[in-house]
Amino acid sequence: MTITSTADPVADAPGSPASPARKPGSLVAQDVHAWFGDHQVLSAVDLVMAAGEVTALIGPSGCGKSTFLRILNRMHELVPGAALAGQILLDGQDIYDPSLRPIESRRRVGMVFQKANPFPTMSIYDNVLAGLSLTGQKVKRRGKDNEADALVEHSLRSAGLWDEVRNRLGTPGGSLSGGQQQRLCIARSLAVRPDVLLMDEPCSALDPTSTRRVEETIRQIASEVTVVIVTHNMQQAQRVSDRCAFFLAAEGLPGHIVEQGSTSDVFERPRDERTADYVNGRFG
Amino acid sequence: MTTTTVAPAEAPTPAAPPATRPVPERIRIGGLGPDLVLHVGVALSGAISLAWLLYERMLPTSGTIGFWIFAYALFLILLVAASSTTLDRLGVIDRLVGALVATAGLVMVSALVGIVVFTFVHGKDALAHTNFFKDTMAYSGPDAALDQGGIYAAMVGTLEQVAISVVVSVPLGLATAVYLSEVRGRLARVVRVVVQAMTAVPTIVAGLFIYSLVILQLGHGRSGLAAALALSVSMVPVVITTAEVVLRLVPNGLREASLALGTTQWQTVWRVVLPTARPGLVTAVLLGVARIIGETSPVLLVAGSTNELNYDPRHGPQLSLPLFVFNGLRTPIDVAITRAFGAGVVLLALVVLFFALARIIGGRTPGRLSRRQQRRLARRLGAPT
Repeated sequence: MTITSTADPVADAPGSPASPARKPGSLVAQDVHAWFGDHQVLSAVDLVMAAGEVTALIGPSGCGKSTFLRILNRMHELVPGAALAGQILLDGQDIYDPSLRPIESRRRVGMVFQKANPFPTMSIYDNVLAGLSLTGQKVKRRGKDNEADALVEHSLRSAGLWDEVRNRLGTPGGSLSGGQQQRLCIARSLAVRPDVLLMDEPCSALDPTSTRRVEETIRQIASEVTVVIVTHNMQQAQRVSDRCAFFLAAEGLPGHIVEQGSTSDVFERPRDERTADYVNGRFG
Repeated sequence: MTTTTVAPAEAPTPAAPPATRPVPERIRIGGLGPDLVLHVGVALSGAISLAWLLYERMLPTSGTIGFWIFAYALFLILLVAASSTTLDRLGVIDRLVGALVATAGLVMVSALVGIVVFTFVHGKDALAHTNFFKDTMAYSGPDAALDQGGIYAAMVGTLEQVAISVVVSVPLGLATAVYLSEVRGRLARVVRVVVQAMTAVPTIVAGLFIYSLVILQLGHGRSGLAAALALSVSMVPVVITTAEVVLRLVPNGLREASLALGTTQWQTVWRVVLPTARPGLVTAVLLGVARIIGETSPVLLVAGSTNELNYDPRHGPQLSLPLFVFNGLRTPIDVAITRAFGAGVVLLALVVLFFALARIIGGRTPGRLSRRQQRRLARRLGAPT
């Protein structure tokens, strides 16, 4: 409680850019099961990721957190042999509805990966706009009301990277440091104005300073976009998230949610003994 | 308490400004140590002297090749002996393997240099005449002096045939590679096996295939186009196998990043995967061209034989450089053989030129805007507000 309240001022800081009206989306997972081939990795997961909140998924390695995250924007099905059951409702609509194409849900639910992956053939500027240019959406790049420039600046400011790269937007995205690359990837995801942003251990390869910058970024963007973040770092989950879900897979059994609730409840008043052990670092 | 307060105060002193202290001399790392030079020198001179004494004088043997093999074996033994005076067992093995690997490299380089020098020396008399590059052999017999006739027709033929092969093979090869590595359709395994089998098809068989298909079945007649098709049969599998490997090297994270932005697979392949793999794809095309540019046998079957200049690859027989070399070397005439070697040098030069050009076109650092674009961006957005 105290921790989230200290983080909150960052989100409301006067320096945060004025954003065009954008409504974060709500995600609801209902009775989700997942398989790789015959191997079941997730069982009966129910989770509500409320609009405008940061939800952290925690749990030991191999408990299905990342799989669950990838189910939320239909990246799971890209793995050969992957299967799933259940419903994912984005603002009430099932993203696995056969009438919806995967690319439509992926445009609304963005993703930042564990390893920063800016496109090496593009400049920083083009990396930010990649989501639009790759999908063939036209942005006005010339003239007075240059929408592209404004979008690049806004996205980079949101990701907390603008001041560091404003003078070298024409250089390759790969020339940045690891932490900057990750924030560039966040900016790239934000530029397509998603309703939800999924983050799969975004700081696992970053130094403490970059981690702090990314966490600040998460708090800043939370008002515009619903964030779901997988993390192995308990302090990070406490610092950035409003709600928390603890995943666990007993040996040989599929992963499931042991406990979920507000972050302060999960960390300070866990109901389940296993949660208490995990958040206090006694296993996992 | 006092010590802790004193320590931070003293801490900056060692990190005094670098100007006040002289920079120490740089440590030499690697390179040829005096120890190594001595041992190799001792082993080399000892091996040659000993080999001469034993192989040529004392043993009932002689001959150049045998002498050098014998000397090399002695060199290795002496190198081990000399190295073991200062090194332990692991160090000696390290040096021995180093010597073997370095020898392999040297043999390769000298073989290549040998080929180039040999060809050039034999063909240099022909290269000295400008008519060699501008004229054809249409009005000169094979025994005509070197200041008459030339290889112009053959150069035209080679350039046209290779160009047609590239136009046919590159789209086909790259598309198949994309199918194998990106689409991974149900047929991928079959296609891959067939492609791998095709790389092993002898080029003369490729020539026969085109001969029976285009010339016998379709009744098209011998032409440069038929030759280019025969060459394509050899080139396509090389392009496919290399391009597939290159595409697989593109990190999967880039594909996922692109798909997660809501792109279709086609957009991901066209805008992310292929540009990322571009330098490797250029290599794939170059390897394909390298495979066919010097091919003689398929051309021999389907291009026909002529000394006339023929610009039109669709009709009539067309000469090419490898064919010219082949025909020249078959004759017992000295000037014709010299001309053939000259054509060989031109072929080598063409390959070098082509490869350099492809590297320049395909190798631009990705993701870097031109200076002008960078300046424009900086003017728009870079200035601090």
